[in-house]
Amino acid sequence: MAQKLVVIGAGMASGRMLEELFAIDAGAYDVTLFGAEPRGNYNRIMLSPVLAGEKEYGEIITHDADWYRDNGVDCRFGEPVVKIDRKAKQVVSPGGVTPYDKLVIATGSASFFIPVQGNDLPGVVGFRDLDDVEAMLKVAGKPDGQAVVIGGGLLGLEAAAALKQQGMDVTVLHLMGHLMERQLDPAAGYLLQKELEGRGINIVCKAHTQAILGKEHVEAVLLEDGQVFGADLVVMAAGIRPESWLAVDAGLRVERGIWVDDTMQTSDPDIYALGECVEHDEVVYGLVAPLFDMAKVLAKTLTGTVAEFKAPVVSCQLKVTGVDLFSVGDFSQGDDREEIVFRDPGRGIYKRLILKEDRIIGVVMYGDTTDAGWFFEMLKTGEDISDIRDTLIYGPAFQGGEALDPLAVVAAMPDSAEICGCNGVCKGTIVQAIHDGATDLGAIKAVTKASASCGNCTGLVEQVLASTLGDEFQVPTPSGICGCTDHSHEDIRRVIKSQALKSIPAVMQEMGWKTSCGCHICRPALNYYMIAEWPLEYADDLQSRFVNERNHANIQKDGTYSVVPRMWGGITTPQELRAIADAAEKYNVPTIHVTGGQRIDLLGIRREDLPAMWADLNSAGLVSGHAYSKGLRTVKTCVGSDHCRFGTQDSTGLGIKLEKILWGSWTPHKVKLAVSGCPRNCAEATCKDLGVICVDSGYQVSVAGAAGMELKETEALATVATEQEVIDLAVAFIQLYRESANYLDRPYKWVAKVGMDWVKQQVVEDAQNRAALCERFEISQSVYRKDPWAEQAKPEYRPRKWAALADLTLEAAE
Amino acid sequence: MSNWIDIAALEDIPPRGARVVKTRLGCVAVFRTGDDRVFAIDDACPHKKGPLSEGIVHGNAVTCPLHNWVIDLETGMAQGADEGRVNTYEIRVEQGRILLDGARLLARSAA
Ligand SMILES: Cc1cc2nc3c(=O)[nH]c(=O)nc-3n(C[C@H](O)[C@H](O)[C@H](O)COP(=O)(O)OP(=O)(O)OC[C@H]3O[C@@H](n4cnc5c(N)ncnc54)[C@H](O)[C@@H]3O)c2cc1C
Ligand code: HEM
Ligand code: HEM
Ligand code: SF4
Ligand code: FES
Repeated sequence: MAQKLVVIGAGMASGRMLEELFAIDAGAYDVTLFGAEPRGNYNRIMLSPVLAGEKEYGEIITHDADWYRDNGVDCRFGEPVVKIDRKAKQVVSPGGVTPYDKLVIATGSASFFIPVQGNDLPGVVGFRDLDDVEAMLKVAGKPDGQAVVIGGGLLGLEAAAALKQQGMDVTVLHLMGHLMERQLDPAAGYLLQKELEGRGINIVCKAHTQAILGKEHVEAVLLEDGQVFGADLVVMAAGIRPESWLAVDAGLRVERGIWVDDTMQTSDPDIYALGECVEHDEVVYGLVAPLFDMAKVLAKTLTGTVAEFKAPVVSCQLKVTGVDLFSVGDFSQGDDREEIVFRDPGRGIYKRLILKEDRIIGVVMYGDTTDAGWFFEMLKTGEDISDIRDTLIYGPAFQGGEALDPLAVVAAMPDSAEICGCNGVCKGTIVQAIHDGATDLGAIKAVTKASASCGNCTGLVEQVLASTLGDEFQVPTPSGICGCTDHSHEDIRRVIKSQALKSIPAVMQEMGWKTSCGCHICRPALNYYMIAEWPLEYADDLQSRFVNERNHANIQKDGTYSVVPRMWGGITTPQELRAIADAAEKYNVPTIHVTGGQRIDLLGIRREDLPAMWADLNSAGLVSGHAYSKGLRTVKTCVGSDHCRFGTQDSTGLGIKLEKILWGSWTPHKVKLAVSGCPRNCAEATCKDLGVICVDSGYQVSVAGAAGMELKETEALATVATEQEVIDLAVAFIQLYRESANYLDRPYKWVAKVGMDWVKQQVVEDAQNRAALCERFEISQSVYRKDPWAEQAKPEYRPRKWAALADLTLEAAE
Repeated sequence: MSNWIDIAALEDIPPRGARVVKTRLGCVAVFRTGDDRVFAIDDACPHKKGPLSEGIVHGNAVTCPLHNWVIDLETGMAQGADEGRVNTYEIRVEQGRILLDGARLLARSAA
């Protein structure tokens, strides 16, 4: 008599296993199949097209009633197994008990509901089975529906794209910095995000969900940073958990999933398991290819043939119509690895091969995946590629293709892209001028005025010439800012603006970076350009900052730090001095130094003392002096008309006002100001980035001085009558510097490049432009005019950032 | 023999960042790269002992915060024209937890 085989779970893995089993020996077992879903097996992968309305449920059924009947399967659909009784060798379900000789667990996995308040409200659904899809479609049918998808991985994005197709207003909230971070690197993640945003899907990365709001039904999702997204539907796609509780209750060995050996046997010799619910060799699988291998192995095991499951290489693809992406293998970098990167900004293509010892070990592709199969095959076979290395990235069709086009960036720009910001000249205008006979830079300048003012866009204009004229025009050799790119700072700034690039990976992709994540030279520069251009949208990337700006203190040669509290305009009080003295004693500060910028510098602070010391200083009203930043440092003043017999104006008061407006702002390099109360100039205003000398009739404002490696006197900007005019000039000058200078150029260097005449025209003569500069500065300051110490000293910040990760000094040696 | 010590969760280190583990032999810097690999090396640059944990992490390397030497995280070797090397330690991630091999650290401290 045939043995009794009971299978728990009528899903993709068990479905395939039964097919294989019946093919080997149709009569070996009497099969009873339990399924929690009220239906038989269907192609779960195709739920996304069903949700999108591209397919009907009927089209994705893999095993229909006839199949089960023909193979003599006793179907118990809609009947979940609730208990396995190993002693009695039977399973318990609502319909009673069912005995088994052999048992197969194939319960798959369940959507992970992130543990936040409101995750059980009606309208919050997972994305796992047809019931979930039907629940979603019910809400999607209502006009103007809003959906929030939590999780920007494979599942979440498929759900988002499908719901968008159903006419919903869709937002994806993703915890990590880029989409599908487990399968894609940041460059490919960026391209994917751009594509989906282009379809009208709103995507928020680094989104920490705090709660799901609603009374009887979900109404909105709240993030930790206070953002709220209205929602009639919330899809939980933040991960899956192996459905293993039956095995846990039965006392089987369970790790992350139900433990199985190479033959798919669990820790009980009569019980087998396969699919997403198992863990094999410390791996849990979430895609069907390896599960089908398991199905083959288990069918053989059940019929007495020896078979072993071998962990396969798993590749991944996203099933969103019109999105081509592919990833497989290991795409991390390493000293023993090399990478070949190909980017085509114009067509939105990114390909990256990771090589180790002349073999492909990883592939990431976006935009064009035609060669994915070829690369995947070479990865699996471990073929030596050294002979075809130079042309490998072009794929099998290539032999003798062209080299990468260094002009791809400008070539990809639309005609409407603004090349020259000063004079508002678009690419199309320049191209037209070239066709009309202006074939060199001078002619372009004369005809269109492009690059005729500050000159920052000269490089781009030359590239437009080159891409339009071809070989006839020779571009002067590009001087890239570092080994990762051939583009200059000027080019990068213009392209960020004209192409509205709002993240570091976006710039790297669109401008064809040669490395996948940059280096210590380009990343801080790009981070600054992002902050300056998109103050409201861009989130500062601390990992792209130099240590001083990440830790808000100056690192010293022995790894200790110096702490300089802000003394507005160089004015202090007995209370502040006492707080500083107390802190110096409490934290054993070895050196206290009075700086040339009228501040008190506490040197030799240990890293771990920084937050506590800041908290102490904060409680006395002292804030960061930013003595470490590429930003506003100090406004030095003299005592002016308050005390000095020569004083003509309130130089101290003006200095304090300036400092209160400017503090906290990030700039390409440090910025120092000074205000002297009369031409005797005790505050040494004439060697600062911006200096003010008070005179009887008003104020002389001068800029672009230096007293560092170079010594340079300031040049006159303007003489004005009121404090407010001084403030406007100072703010506009600094904003212009923020917007157009190269990272790490001090103002005097920048002014030498763009010319004092241009600066005067922008800041002094054009009142409208001055007002616009001031307004943009104020927008940026709404984010950055705050004390970084106060934030970093918060108790919740301390363990995550300032404490050691672990302390092994107390660990006993064995 | 290895002696794997569970020191923290992977999430406790920001991507492209580092934190330190205190040992009796000084601080060990634990790095997490942009693609979630982890490395452990002495937190002292071969040049002038700069705290490498405070450097900028790019690819598989870190740039020292003091004078910009670039150190390979996998081998501990200084890159380019600079010469020098720091100690590296066995480390791995398992189920989201970072495990550091304490064998050498503890053995050396006992010696
Ligand atoms: C929307 C979507 C898209 C996907 N896209 C892809 C893709 O493109 N490529 C890819 O490779 N993979 C994809 N997958 C993953 C793939 O579908 C799964 O890996 C596969 O279905 C897992 O098979 P399984 O048999 O282990 O589990 P399942 O197919 O989930 O089957 C398990 C079944 O067991 C039932 N069950 C659970 N507990 C019990 C119980 N106690 N009693 C009785 N029955 C129970 C469940 O209801 C379920 O029907 C996708 C998944 C989803 C949800
Ligand atoms: C460990 C060494 C040093 C430390 C920690 C240090 C720190 C500082 C700090 C915190 C300031 C105030 C910055 C500001 O006002 O914005 C400053 C200003 C200054 N330092 Fe240093 N300094 C050091 C070495 C030197 C050396 C060697 C020189 C010159 C040879 C120097 C010259 C100056 C000058 C001229 C100023 C004033 C600049 C101005 O007000 O515009 N410093 N220093
Ligand atoms: C009677 C007249 C003067 C008085 C009352 C006076 C007062 C002061 C005071 C109180 C300071 C220290 C406080 C501060 O820097 O804000 C100072 C600093 C200074 N004074 Fe004067 N001063 C006078 C004249 C001058 C003159 C005529 C000069 C130069 C020509 C001068 C050059 C300086 C300089 C260079 C400093 C140092 C600034 C610094 O450290 O940043 N002083 N003066
Ligand atoms: S600059 Fe003029 S007003 Fe100011 S302290 Fe010196 S002498 Fe007096
Ligand atoms: S101490 Fe690291 S580079 Fe000098």
